[in-house]
Amino acid sequence: MLSPETTTQTTSQRLRWKLSLWRAILSTALGERLVYRGDFALGTLMRFLPIITQIFLWYAIFDSIEATQGGSLKNTEIRGFHFTDMVAYYLLTMIARAFSSMPGLASGIAREIRDGEIKRYLIQPIDLISFLLLTRIAHKMAYYAVAILPFALVFFLCRDYFTSGWPSWPVLAAFAGSLIMGFMIGFFLEAAIGMIGFWFLEVSSLLFVYMLFSFFLSGHMFPLTMLPDNVATFVNLLPFKYLAYFPAAIFLGKIPEEDLPLELAIEACWLTFFIVVCRIAYARGVRRYSGFGG
Amino acid sequence: MPAAYDVTVDSGAEMEHDFRPNRTKYWKVFLTFARNSLVRDMTFRTNFVLQCISSIGWTLMNVGFYLIIFQYTTSIGADSGWDRDKFFLFIATTWFINSLVQAFFMPNAEEFSELIRTGGLDFALLKPIDTQFLVSFRRVDWSALSNFAAGFVIALVALYSLANRPVDPMVPSLVSILLYVIFVACGVIIMYSLMICLSATSIWLGRNQTLYNFWFYITNFSRYPMEIYNRGWGRPLYGFFTFVIPVLLVVNIPARILARPISPQTWQDQLLIGWGLIATILSLWISRWVFKRALLSYRSASS
Repeated sequence: MLSPETTTQTTSQRLRWKLSLWRAILSTALGERLVYRGDFALGTLMRFLPIITQIFLWYAIFDSIEATQGGSLKNTEIRGFHFTDMVAYYLLTMIARAFSSMPGLASGIAREIRDGEIKRYLIQPIDLISFLLLTRIAHKMAYYAVAILPFALVFFLCRDYFTSGWPSWPVLAAFAGSLIMGFMIGFFLEAAIGMIGFWFLEVSSLLFVYMLFSFFLSGHMFPLTMLPDNVATFVNLLPFKYLAYFPAAIFLGKIPEEDLPLELAIEACWLTFFIVVCRIAYARGVRRYSGFGG
Repeated sequence: MPAAYDVTVDSGAEMEHDFRPNRTKYWKVFLTFARNSLVRDMTFRTNFVLQCISSIGWTLMNVGFYLIIFQYTTSIGADSGWDRDKFFLFIATTWFINSLVQAFFMPNAEEFSELIRTGGLDFALLKPIDTQFLVSFRRVDWSALSNFAAGFVIALVALYSLANRPVDPMVPSLVSILLYVIFVACGVIIMYSLMICLSATSIWLGRNQTLYNFWFYITNFSRYPMEIYNRGWGRPLYGFFTFVIPVLLVVNIPARILARPISPQTWQDQLLIGWGLIATILSLWISRWVFKRALLSYRSASS
């Protein structure tokens, strides 16, 4: 849909236009998010309350394993996870989820398709997926700007659970990479699910099923290594683990350092896969779509 | 009579002549509410079925999680007596209480803060019926009861396995089952009181989205045997959630009565049961007081 005018534009002009568009989207979304920062910081802090329950639950579990097997709490472990690792794991999955969770993305896309609001992306020179991605990045950035305080506080209070201290630089880099890719996978996976709205009008139940699966299979509930061996092998092949388990496992050094490049490459493949799926679904969906009224 | 009576649909006709509805009238009104909600739920039948399926999915996931935990340990907490079968009785109790709260009170508490925000509470205040009753029982979410059924299945399987295991088999006595039912009811009452208190605060605050999250996070503490908190820095929490906001009693008392993790009962257990009864009455009374106080501060929205 390029008009003769745009085709004559130089690439640098077009790039500049794109950049200013992105900046506009980013700053609007940032402003939107920072309005309720107080409520928001408090809400984030409260989100850590279930961690308290987890700490006591796992202490009780490790305590009884220790009592039946003998030894001390320090060398009692479940599949390589000591008690302190377990608590650190839950704290780290909170970070991973802060990156990979996309509240309202899929349902928002499905609603826009149903209401016909999606029309505006078809007539305006804005690409739906990049627009949503930029808004999401801005929202997340605003979120981190506020949430960093409660996160820092909780991690400071819980510093004793991180028994092996800070991991080495390459591991930290891999951790950061896995978080960013986790964000992207979360985004494109959910966006692709939202695109199903082109074919089925009501996707909320499907979304709930997805949420259940991702909660269980991402490792948000417990470290995936605890699964029975044959199930764990299968679950490890699925992309859900990148949403929570994988970054936390990297940080805790549960993935051998020499395997990290390969594991990250596999994650990148999954990311590419979801980008392609999302693009194809959107292109196909738009071809199917018919908008009426104004 | 004014149109404001129309919520009670058919029992409204009888009520017109009686401004002091007695206990059976309240029961009738409640049945009408329940029937209306069922009719409503059945209008969107597919949605209803999907809701049931998804909540059962959630149950299955939790059961899976605990089954995995018991692959590695024989009990929750050393010497606490919460082995697999008994802990599953605990979970079933959690499921019973949560499903009852979700079915009967959750939709109403959500609606209550909406009524305050929009000024719709005026109509509830005008009706010749107790406002707290009207606000608390107006809607029933029937699909939440699917979790009650799920809890029942978990309880049956756990009881069967408990009765037939080679080591330390146990069949609960009739008395303990009776007490169990009573204390499940007490647990529901405590939860209800907590919810009423929280939603009444929305009269003062205008809106309380965070408070609902708060409710979720507080009740999260009730999901596990209370003795796990009784160590180190958990003791203040243990005391607070036993004596100030008694959410720890909600599931623990009935579950302990039925599962008997430590038998014979100790004097602490009996003391706890006694305190459970007192706490139930107190929390109901306090919630009533808070609700009435909050109503006094209600200023209708809009003109």
